[in-house]
Amino acid sequence: MGDQENGGSQKKGLSVLVDEAREQAKALTEKAKKDIVEPLKQPQKTSLYKSIFRVRHDETERSRALGVLSNVFLHLHPAKINRDAVRYSYTWGMGGITFYLFIVLTITGVLLMFYYHPTKGQAYRDIVYLMSDVPFGRLLRNMHRWAAHLMIITVWLHMFRVFLTGSYKRPREFNWVVGVILLVLTMLLSFTGYLLPDDQLGFWAVTVGTNMARATPLLGNEGPFGAQLGMTAYNDVRFALLGGSIVDANALLRAYIWHCIAIPLIASVFMGVHFWRVRKDGGISGPAPVQLESEIKKGPTVYVAPQQG
Amino acid sequence: MPVPAKQRRRFIWTSIGAFLAVNFLGFLRFFFPRTLFEPTTVFNVGYPSDFSLGVDERFKQLARIWVVREADRIFIIFARCTHLGCTPDWKPSENKFKCPCHGSGYTPEGINFEGPAPRPMDRAHVELDAQGEMIVDTSKLYSWPKGGTDHFNDSGAFIPV
Repeated sequence: MGDQENGGSQKKGLSVLVDEAREQAKALTEKAKKDIVEPLKQPQKTSLYKSIFRVRHDETERSRALGVLSNVFLHLHPAKINRDAVRYSYTWGMGGITFYLFIVLTITGVLLMFYYHPTKGQAYRDIVYLMSDVPFGRLLRNMHRWAAHLMIITVWLHMFRVFLTGSYKRPREFNWVVGVILLVLTMLLSFTGYLLPDDQLGFWAVTVGTNMARATPLLGNEGPFGAQLGMTAYNDVRFALLGGSIVDANALLRAYIWHCIAIPLIASVFMGVHFWRVRKDGGISGPAPVQLESEIKKGPTVYVAPQQG
Repeated sequence: MPVPAKQRRRFIWTSIGAFLAVNFLGFLRFFFPRTLFEPTTVFNVGYPSDFSLGVDERFKQLARIWVVREADRIFIIFARCTHLGCTPDWKPSENKFKCPCHGSGYTPEGINFEGPAPRPMDRAHVELDAQGEMIVDTSKLYSWPKGGTDHFNDSGAFIPV
């Protein structure tokens, strides 16, 4: 009995399976027609543009968060931030403004490079040319110069704010260190940019600045223990900075490379680390959380100080 | 017997570290050029009899020097401020050298008397060639450091006349 039944159901099952398989094949064919063949016939209805974004965006909280998290440009941002972090009276927004100025400087700087030759004789002429004849040249150069001045100021104000709010304390000690490195890099960018116009101001400023390097301890030919270590004007730290013993063509080229390529690259890496650590260390250092009146469900918790004596 | 993983790992990391360290030293060395293409430091400034008493500015543009003649000697002041290396100006009406960068002042002998300069301006090596002309070399300097030895009377620091 059992065998028969089993055999019967097997037979029956087989035909059912074949039918099911046929149904599935039919469905797959339909689906392939609908999903592959039809779109090919109507290329204007492509989903290519939707594929730019990894997730569908709609107005749900989850979708908005995913929109930030899954975007290469936005993912450094936190998906959500504390409401207090956007209180400008507290943060001054100086770190953000500094980064904004860095971007302005990068863009204007790259454009200026199209007209500038870092060679003696040509460099100053190119500046005059930029200022007098190149379309938007004067605007670009002035934007670059003013943004550079402003960036120094905003970096200092950012540091000042971080100091005043105690935001350098645990767990943010390391990010303070990264910030100090970024401060030095910003000033080095400023200094190396000084020589590039190759005018009297820049030339003598860099002469003075690099002569200070002679007094570097151990590494400068006039610094403490420099002479004892065999430092001369031809092998000390100043020599390495200038690529020679005088502020000349080598110094101009070195200032140019450091200014346009090397230091911006190094600073970008440190900036990446800096921003990442801001998030990992608990977000932008904020004031004590604010509670809106509408959010107060019960009465506020009141702390009563114990009565004295 | 197989090498323990820990030991192997340490060997590999040490190798990588040593490799990178050597590369870093090479990177540092890269910034010190062997050959320099800098202007010559040796100049022929002519006969002692070409110069009258006082400070002569003829060779400042070319060689960054002043030729100074006194009653008994001629010496060469290297025109580099001892504060931070700018080129001072000779002010004939005030009978002094004055640096435009931070205001150091020097007497006609190059002795500092005002401003931040820490010592007199250096003097360049000078000697007479076979024809009796003065050959100046600004790569050999004679200085008088503050509180240090005065090298202005060394041979080569002046020419007696």
